[in-house]
Amino acid sequence: MKMIINTELCQGHNRCYALAPDLVEIDDLGYASHKGDGTVPPGREEAAQLAADNCPEEAITIIAD
Amino acid sequence: MANTEPVEDWCTDYDIFDPGYIRDPFPIWDQLRGECPIAHSDRWSGSWLPTRYSDIHAIAHDPGTFSSDEITVAPLEGGPADGVKAPPITSDPPEHTWARRLILPAFAPRAVEAYRDYTVALCGELIDGFIDRGRADAASEYAQQIPPRVIAHLLGVPPEMSDEFTEWVRGVLELGLTDPEIRMKYRAILMDFLWAQVNDRKANPRDDLITRLLQSEVDGEPVPDTHVVGTCNLILIAGIDTTWSSIGAALWHLAQHPEDRARLVAEPELIPVAVEELLRAYSPVTMARVVTTDTEVGGCPMKQGDRVLMSFPAANRDPEVFPDADKVIIDRARNRHVAFGVGIHRCAGSNLARMEMQIALESWLERIPDFRLADPDSVTWAGGQVRGPRECEVVFT
Repeated sequence: MKMIINTELCQGHNRCYALAPDLVEIDDLGYASHKGDGTVPPGREEAAQLAADNCPEEAITIIAD
Repeated sequence: MANTEPVEDWCTDYDIFDPGYIRDPFPIWDQLRGECPIAHSDRWSGSWLPTRYSDIHAIAHDPGTFSSDEITVAPLEGGPADGVKAPPITSDPPEHTWARRLILPAFAPRAVEAYRDYTVALCGELIDGFIDRGRADAASEYAQQIPPRVIAHLLGVPPEMSDEFTEWVRGVLELGLTDPEIRMKYRAILMDFLWAQVNDRKANPRDDLITRLLQSEVDGEPVPDTHVVGTCNLILIAGIDTTWSSIGAALWHLAQHPEDRARLVAEPELIPVAVEELLRAYSPVTMARVVTTDTEVGGCPMKQGDRVLMSFPAANRDPEVFPDADKVIIDRARNRHVAFGVGIHRCAGSNLARMEMQIALESWLERIPDFRLADPDSVTWAGGQVRGPRECEVVFT
């Protein structure tokens, strides 16, 4: 599974960072991007899905394997 | 249409200052969502009121058509005479882009962590002040005391000023909304204060936010003083009664829901999720936009110069998006709420507000796990631009 954040759409709500801090990088302005290539480690699929489902900008896409 | 006549038809003549609407707007939004769903009123300078999540989401994402040049729900005739606005909340792109970048670093998740210990200590001291009494006003003695002190701390002004901040902000944003004289009086006080602070930092730079704003550059030029004063105006006004309204509404809810209290006391790790749900259900803030060119939203024609009220609170109660939208589900896991707005004007202070809310509830529940409203009828609410309880006496049980 991959969790991909569209940085063009991100407005820095930080909902994803609160729900899946290990999968999200936050810059100095508070905008988010996915860590690495977005690969979700085993056991973190639910956190990634929640991050996507709570983003008010719908900026997060989950790509299933 | 006079502002004071009772409302007969909410679809065509709503009144955002109607006492019944302020106390309990939820059934009115449900009615409008079903019947209109974009209402109109000539009261308070005239405006449209969309009530569906999808319409509000779409408007928020079209800042070219819906300008933030005038964001108050009941604007002053001609606007402020002193030329000071509140950037970036009152800005459109391209000014908005650099004005927002200027303040975002101060409110990023890591940056607001610096205020955590201060907020924990502050909440503890406030509770010390009333816990032995067995009762307290959760709004005026607790919720209302937290944000002005955190903001004073952040701006680098003495915490003793916080009671005055509270009075000024209520003067501008609450009591002054329907009374231009009060609004202008408190705005003048606020402006004098901010100009004095800015002039002081220019003479004596310090390690604080006002100094950093003054030292910032945009395109190689220093940021104008008027802009810095405007941004401080925004931080002060936007960071105070919004957050206290959310904390107060959360405690008002918990006072009436022992099952939610018990759950949060037993599982404090659930508090951040609960905070999101309480933000959704009792969102405090409505902003306005001005239509820049004739357009249409959800089949409703709007003309250039029309004003639109962005009722994020109504959007957050839309059953199309939130199952059981009218119920607080304290562990609601999927919650794409827009209490802090959405799009380019997402509340810049949202990370700080969340931190304050989480600590305020954690601290309260740790020491006062059981409490109830002293008298449900004695709770008073403010509304219009920012909705929240102003008096909310609770008894510890």
